[in-house]
Amino acid sequence: MKLRANLIIGGSLFLIAVAAGVLAPWIAHTDPVMDANLRLAEEPPGREFWFGTDAQGRDIYSRVVHGARISLTVGIFAQLINSVIGIALGLSAGYWGGWWDDLVTGLTNLLLAIPSLIFALAIMAILGPGLTSLLIALGLTNWSFTCRLARASALSLKSQGYVQASKVLGYGDIRIMLTQLLPNMLGPLIVIATLGMGATILAEAALSFLGLGIRPPYPSWGSMLSEARDQITTAPWLSVFPGLAIFLTVLGLNLLGDGLRDILDPQSRSRRA
Amino acid sequence: MTLLAVEDLRIDLGTGDDRHVAVDKVSFEIARGETFGLVGESGCGKSITALAIMGLLQRPLAIGGGSIRFEGRAIENLSADELRRLRGKRLAMIFQEPMTALNPLLPVGRQIAEMFVLHEGAGWRDAERRAIDVLARVRVPAPERRARDFPHQLSGGMRQRVMIAIALACSPDLLIADEPTTALDVTVQSEIVDLMRELCAANGTAILMISHDLGLVASMCRTVGVMYAGRLVEVRSSTDVFKAPAHPYTCGLIGSLPRLGSRAALGRQRLQEISGVVPSIADFPAGCRFHPRCERMTSVCGVEEPAVTMLGEGGLVRCHHHG
Amino acid sequence: MGDGALLLDVEDLAVEFHVGGRLLGLGGGARRLRAVNGVNLSLRAGECLGLVGESGCGKSTVALAILGLVPRTRGVISIDGMSIGAEASIDRRRLARTVQMVFQDPYASLNPRQTVRRTLADPLRLHGVTNGGEVEDRVADMLARVGLTADHADRYPHEFSGGQRQRIGIARALILRPRLVICDEPVSALDVSIRAQIINLLLELKESLGLSYIMISHDLGVVEHMSDRVAVMYLGKIIETGDWRAIFERPGHPYTRGLIAAIPDAFAPPGIAADKVRGEIPSPFDPPDGCAFHPRCPIATDKCRTMPGPQLRRLADTHDVSCWLAS
Repeated sequence: MKLRANLIIGGSLFLIAVAAGVLAPWIAHTDPVMDANLRLAEEPPGREFWFGTDAQGRDIYSRVVHGARISLTVGIFAQLINSVIGIALGLSAGYWGGWWDDLVTGLTNLLLAIPSLIFALAIMAILGPGLTSLLIALGLTNWSFTCRLARASALSLKSQGYVQASKVLGYGDIRIMLTQLLPNMLGPLIVIATLGMGATILAEAALSFLGLGIRPPYPSWGSMLSEARDQITTAPWLSVFPGLAIFLTVLGLNLLGDGLRDILDPQSRSRRA
Repeated sequence: MTLLAVEDLRIDLGTGDDRHVAVDKVSFEIARGETFGLVGESGCGKSITALAIMGLLQRPLAIGGGSIRFEGRAIENLSADELRRLRGKRLAMIFQEPMTALNPLLPVGRQIAEMFVLHEGAGWRDAERRAIDVLARVRVPAPERRARDFPHQLSGGMRQRVMIAIALACSPDLLIADEPTTALDVTVQSEIVDLMRELCAANGTAILMISHDLGLVASMCRTVGVMYAGRLVEVRSSTDVFKAPAHPYTCGLIGSLPRLGSRAALGRQRLQEISGVVPSIADFPAGCRFHPRCERMTSVCGVEEPAVTMLGEGGLVRCHHHG
Repeated sequence: MGDGALLLDVEDLAVEFHVGGRLLGLGGGARRLRAVNGVNLSLRAGECLGLVGESGCGKSTVALAILGLVPRTRGVISIDGMSIGAEASIDRRRLARTVQMVFQDPYASLNPRQTVRRTLADPLRLHGVTNGGEVEDRVADMLARVGLTADHADRYPHEFSGGQRQRIGIARALILRPRLVICDEPVSALDVSIRAQIINLLLELKESLGLSYIMISHDLGVVEHMSDRVAVMYLGKIIETGDWRAIFERPGHPYTRGLIAAIPDAFAPPGIAADKVRGEIPSPFDPPDGCAFHPRCPIATDKCRTMPGPQLRRLADTHDVSCWLAS
């Protein structure tokens, strides 16, 4: 059925990407940075170089595989930071209300008004390129949606009888938020996080493409695309494979997110007779 | 003269392998101007019986057998058009939660007026004037002002009065009321019940009252039918059903409710419990559906469905060991 | 029954809400809702106090205030010697060991992600019962007391029926061995044939564990059955209070008489000729002047319409009524 297909295809794509990243040192054929042979530059895909070579003569396959490491690390960890910040702020805002809620809502609205990529760009410009800066920039600018969702869930759940019962039993606020509210909100948050990972990977690709993220010679998919700009017509394989890698990974995450949503939140599915 | 005759009604849930019988062998009659109450707990099938009569069953529910005759004419298989002509004009229904049954975007006066326009071909101006009259008849104070209010501006009791006004606007022959007062406060409930009784008596409208509240139904209706797990287990006059209930379920229901005045008279008695839980539709017991919870159960009860035993004064009961 | 020491004393309790129109504290348009408007209550150990009233009367808000779940505008509450004035912060842990609550909706009052065992065991651990064996024993004991078995402990709420869930809710309320349990409409959401089981259970537990109850309900039959004393509320005030017999056999306030008269005939006690109450309950945002009940009262006089609301006055032995016309 449709939703199963989402899960299976999406999950597989994502797992392949993760596996590639994790096993990179073993499944890559060459060192992605050092093994450059100018005499073999811009070779089309063949038996020796599965994806061909780039302008420096490096094996694109190995670079794509290592690129998975970097892009996915950024994608997963930046999203993790987003989720933690978003949940912490949203959950507490929804639960406590009052001035704290006003503050968080105001902050969220502010953040939503700024295009997140531009904001990340600005932060990168200040911090300079590199993996840590990327994580900070992307992690600090994309939490607003999670925050809204967590806040809405907290608002609707906090009037449930069992939450009141916990208060009456003497549970402190933090304990209530973590043990009573959070486990009952996880469904939609996981879906958002999965979809968000796709967005962060795309954002990293964009920033690296612009030269602000991972700088060459390190192989992030975005920086590979950047390097391949001039050869788009003459040696398309330089752009196609990293581009395909981004496309398939993000597609996988989106499908996975949809599939998870269908399982975790059956009401959002369209009604069947 | 018999207005409504339901005979051997069966309502199915689902189709094919997944089919369950929600309501089975339900038969009762309502005469013109009579008041009949259907009592039962959640899952007993009383509400879907009412929906079946109105032709409002939706997939996966469907009438699986039996007949429903309105003024002698079979209506269980009518086309949508023919049903629509009956509904509102001859058959009317009011529901438990008026907030969802009323259109939130139209003033209530207009919703009442719609009835006159649709069913009697009246013009809008005339219809709106008559709507105000109807509001006055259901005892809504300041009806001209209220007619312009939207449903959310009215209290629960007011909204239910509006529902009654809409239902009775064209003087239907039968009013079906599905838990109309369950969501209301007790003092308001009592007024609404009085209102329904009065108006229906004045118009000669028969009432089919559906509720889980045995006391309410007995006080309002001349005849009471008790449903359990999709079957009608007892039909009696309302006085008899309290004086001498025949079915163990009815006895259990009556014995389990704390009655005002009994503690003063008899001291605090331990309430009579009905053990077990109401079965879900997928787990209806074989034989008599009440037998796992019944203190009079014997081996025959688990095997054979009890037949109908007629009792005096038009009463009937389905039990191997009726009292 | 009711001859114990004073367990709960509530003096001049008031709870006000402000609804609507607030952005960072600015913006007007806020309306004031006096949910509870000067309520005095007391309860002795071993007693069951029935709190009756219709929507908007404030009975649930009184319960929430006693439990510290809503802030009080005014009033002093003392429970089992602990005084909780409006300024003093509530020691939530200590309060939890004294007062607990059984909630109305069994389908929303249990955490769907926790097993029954965890729902019962966590509060024990939170309150310092660290010995694993003792926790197990107390959980098993409580399950047995509410009519459940040990293998119910590892299941999730959705595997239980409404009546069973309510039993779990009762077990949770009693696991810390409180002295006072507030039952907020404990059977209203249950099927009629199950209600007797739960009412009987609550009465048995009261005896066997020496509990005191505040029983909140709109169902007069249940209240009469369970209560030693009854307080009737209307629009945030207690308008009549007394022994259960006095309230149900000799109601002093026209509203109480109206409530009793509203019960469908088949169940009405014989011999009470009561005037039915007309009209709708006024909005708590906009209560009537004078006696709050006068617009619906069958015997209202000019004094009722103009003079500020009557206070509770003694009608007979421990029977108080707030009505100008009660003698």
